[in-house]
Amino acid sequence: MSDMPRLETPLLEVRDLAVAFDTDGGAVHAVNGVSYALREGETLGIVGESGSGKSVHVLAMLGLIPRPPGRITGGQVLFRGRDLLTLPEKALRKVRGGEIGFVFQDPMSSLNPGMTVAAQIVEPLRIHLGLDARAARRRARELLDLVRIPNAAGRLDQYPHEFSGGQRQRVMIAIGIACRPKLLIADEATTALDVTVQAEIVALVQELKREIGMAIIWITHDLGVVAGISDTVQVMYAGRILERGPVDDIFADPRSAYTLGLLRSLPDLTRGRAGRGRLRQIEGAPPDMRAPPPGDPFAPRNAYATPRCRTEAPPLVQAAGAAPGHLVAAWYDLPAILAREAEEAR
Amino acid sequence: MRAPDYPIVSVRNLSKHYPLRSWWGGKASVFRAVEDVSFDIRAGETLGLVGESGSGKSTIGRAVTMLNPPTAGTVAFEGTDLAKLSPRAMRGMRARIQTVFQDPYAALNPRMSVGDYVSEAFKLHRPEMGRAERRAAVAGLFERVGLEPRFAGRFPHQFSGGQRQRICIARAIALKPSFIVADEPIAALDVSIQAQVVNLLQDLQAELGLSYLFISHDLRMVRYLCHRVAVLWRGRIVELAESDALYDDPRHPYTQRLLGAVPVPDPAAERARLAAEQARPASPIAEGGDLVEVAPGHWVVTRS
Ligand SMILES: Nc1ncnc2c1ncn2[C@@H]1O[C@H](COP(=O)(O)OP(=O)(O)O)[C@@H](O)[C@H]1O
Ligand SMILES: Nc1ncnc2c1ncn2[C@@H]1O[C@H](COP(=O)(O)OP(=O)(O)O)[C@@H](O)[C@H]1O
Ligand code: SF4
Ligand SMILES: [Mg+2]
Ligand SMILES: [Mg+2]
Repeated sequence: MSDMPRLETPLLEVRDLAVAFDTDGGAVHAVNGVSYALREGETLGIVGESGSGKSVHVLAMLGLIPRPPGRITGGQVLFRGRDLLTLPEKALRKVRGGEIGFVFQDPMSSLNPGMTVAAQIVEPLRIHLGLDARAARRRARELLDLVRIPNAAGRLDQYPHEFSGGQRQRVMIAIGIACRPKLLIADEATTALDVTVQAEIVALVQELKREIGMAIIWITHDLGVVAGISDTVQVMYAGRILERGPVDDIFADPRSAYTLGLLRSLPDLTRGRAGRGRLRQIEGAPPDMRAPPPGDPFAPRNAYATPRCRTEAPPLVQAAGAAPGHLVAAWYDLPAILAREAEEAR
Repeated sequence: MRAPDYPIVSVRNLSKHYPLRSWWGGKASVFRAVEDVSFDIRAGETLGLVGESGSGKSTIGRAVTMLNPPTAGTVAFEGTDLAKLSPRAMRGMRARIQTVFQDPYAALNPRMSVGDYVSEAFKLHRPEMGRAERRAAVAGLFERVGLEPRFAGRFPHQFSGGQRQRICIARAIALKPSFIVADEPIAALDVSIQAQVVNLLQDLQAELGLSYLFISHDLRMVRYLCHRVAVLWRGRIVELAESDALYDDPRHPYTQRLLGAVPVPDPAAERARLAAEQARPASPIAEGGDLVEVAPGHWVVTRS
């Protein structure tokens, strides 16, 4: 958990962000009014169904949405008070890779196979910090040391293919933190890695966070990783935030049926096979974003949905009786439903 | 449910070597992707196969089904050595051994309706079946895997990832196999869909008496689904046991590291796990040794 002082002005404030893609089948509303704030030094874990807009909303913040087919149809992204969405490309480029570092899973932003690792780490140091060639190279070596690439000095002039998958992701992290960013965005950064390598990368990022004091947005589908590193958790579905709140409250007192479904569907690593029943599955499939359902996007899969859920999308508001800052978008009252279920089971 | 005790699949001393081409003209050597692996899978049993990427899991899966036969060792299916079968007999055997892969979209043909894709299994292996009979069988299979039969005329892109995996499972069970290799069958699916597919696999096992080789890096799901688990490390099995024994009492250092690295979806417990891990950096794992039975049915590579 963060022991950073809590500042009044958030580091990042996303206001009603909306992104659409024009496709043959019509407009895909990939991000549908996403609003949240991030404090300095805070770690926000974002989980959610694939296609729920997790990647698109951070790409939009960084000005990396391909246009066309993408369109930012509304909203603001205030980073240290400046709206990134209206920033000229030149100024945005200084933020991206400088004050905001990022590590992605997808190849779009991953390493250039034709450039040595040194060249790729040195580039942001020269662009953003204005270091000269020698200083940048020295810093590059320190960074490889920091992300624990053995024999860093000897490996600077190697090409990405000479590194293992885990090491390449470490190099990406080195580039992501090269300029001591205020914010590091990691989008499925460990998804493709072995669980042992993931554990090392997560530990490394935690350590770097303590050292640099950066805020983190960590996007993953692994609820275990999210549980360990987040201050705040945000659950997304169909381009919206369904639930958001302090990590302990989200896991102990989920208010969205989707969050509850995700938590319940995970088998327990410590539980033996004897007497185990079927897994509690979430029925149905995620919506086709070309024709999203009206109302609450999760309603078609939600056994607890009320008629209102199917016609009117609920706003994201403070959950009644939950910890302050624990928000949910739901017309139904999950604790009341669960209490009734428990009553009936008795 | 306890699995019966006779093996349906018996793998003995299986090795798979890939040639390493030496472009500098030196001595050609081989890469030992899998080395001297032995295990049985009993009727109605699920054997889990776990290990880091590149450890040889898929290679074993393809060797066991003879999609990519082993360099050495034997694979016996219901007592018959597969390497000794005539091509004709092997064709018949193929119907009884099926594979489900990680990426259902790659397995499907984008230009073939999903009904035709499932029906193809009958066309290839049951020439005696007529059109109407095939169509009825496909409808039954669709229902069995939780898809509406009226979707049979649709094409792969019209389905979600979980539905596509159901289609692949429908084809895999079409010919009433007794053994299915499932190679990372849920890895590409959303968390919200994984439980659906695992439940389906488990229901089909109970109904059809299927045996599975379940290859996965999802260690939580492996414990839940598998009767026994084999841990692969650098092409060798380093530990094999009943899954409860393996998870509750892992003996090999690699198994311990692997299980210790699984994040726990409970904030307080996971923060404690991270802190403990930070305090105790991983030590190197020694290679070599022999598989020794340290407790009934619990095998561990031990250095003498
Ligand atoms: N270049 C694109 N063209 C059309 N649709 C896109 C494009 N990129 C993303 N989308 C759509 O936007 C939605 C959100 O995608 P994304 O943010 O990548 O989801 P995720 O939450 O899995 O990261 C999806 O429905 C996806 O199909
Ligand atoms: N056709 C092949 N030729 C050469 N090497 C291969 C081939 N297939 C797999 N390998 C190598 O064998 C090892 C094991 O691969 P694989 O069985 O796919 O591992 P896993 O499924 O555990 O990730 C890897 O190092 C891989 O690169
Ligand atoms: S480091 Fe290079 S590629 Fe990355 S943002 Fe800066 S200029 Fe662009
Ligand atoms: Mg994504
Ligand atoms: Mg594999």
